[in-house]
Amino acid sequence: MNDNRTCFRAGIRDGTPIALGYFAVAFTLGIAARNAGFTALQAMVESLTNNASAGEYAVFSLVAAGAGLWEVAIMTLVANARYLLMSCALSQKLSPDTPLRHRLLLAYDVTDELFGISIAFPGRLNPWYTYGAMAVAIPGWGVGTFLGVVMGNVLPLRLVSALSVGLYGMFIAIIVPPARRSKIVGGLVLLSFALSYAAARWQALSGLSSGVKTIILTVVISLGAALLFPVKGEEKEEAAS
Amino acid sequence: MNIWLYILVSAAVSYLIRVTPLVLIRGEIRSRTLRSFLYYVPYVTLAVMTFPAIVDATQSPLAGLLALIAGCALAWFGGSLFQVAVVCCLVVLVAEWFLI
Repeated sequence: MNDNRTCFRAGIRDGTPIALGYFAVAFTLGIAARNAGFTALQAMVESLTNNASAGEYAVFSLVAAGAGLWEVAIMTLVANARYLLMSCALSQKLSPDTPLRHRLLLAYDVTDELFGISIAFPGRLNPWYTYGAMAVAIPGWGVGTFLGVVMGNVLPLRLVSALSVGLYGMFIAIIVPPARRSKIVGGLVLLSFALSYAAARWQALSGLSSGVKTIILTVVISLGAALLFPVKGEEKEEAAS
Repeated sequence: MNIWLYILVSAAVSYLIRVTPLVLIRGEIRSRTLRSFLYYVPYVTLAVMTFPAIVDATQSPLAGLLALIAGCALAWFGGSLFQVAVVCCLVVLVAEWFLI
């Protein structure tokens, strides 16, 4: 599994459903971009340089509202702050001697989905696996945004609705097998579902964006688990392979 | 204001957030608490992002809930990433056919 070519192919295989999901999501983003006055090219460049659905959506709405550059910078920071946590976690998945060029390239596309499959890779991450997934996911994301601006609402709502669930299906496929192996992870997943539901429905928190809620819940639950159930060195390898 | 400036700013912020930890954290973190924290982060954050978002993403919340249950069951019994993703989509497509 550690030969670069094999890893790249495996990445393409696992990246294909991601690319399809990205296409659908990016298509709807393109519609928002057009409403904000972006051309198809501008919207595609925004997608290819940001790689973030919530972050891009925030940028499009701010530009539509005539916001300033500082507001856009701060909103991008808040909407994407969870990627800071993901990159920290990903740094522990890499072999310590991974060269700088791989770190710079991997950082370009740390998204919920690509992070998810990279973490599920057995043992240390071979960057070529993630590159394989990026090779199909990036075009799906960019072309989807472009076509969303050009074609607007031609994709039937029924299909968008079904495709939008594919990304969550991938998250499920990543978290359920470790939850089956470890009671602690299983309990954490259920607890996360419950608290996330409570945070989403609790009126007092309605002022917070879902990105901010995700960060707060992730930090609180993971920190609590780390203090109550510290992981032993070997357990980490075992759980990862 | 020029839209390209907005694109430049959002692109720079997005990349800096992601690249900083990957470049600065080169080795294994020694602190056991911090290592445990980062070990739990992926599972917790993916779980938080999945529910209730999956129920809100579909036109009918029931279809999203059915997709969640079917996906969890399939993943529990060894379904691959691709299989679980496709089955979730199909469940929503079929369920909404009857529900809407």
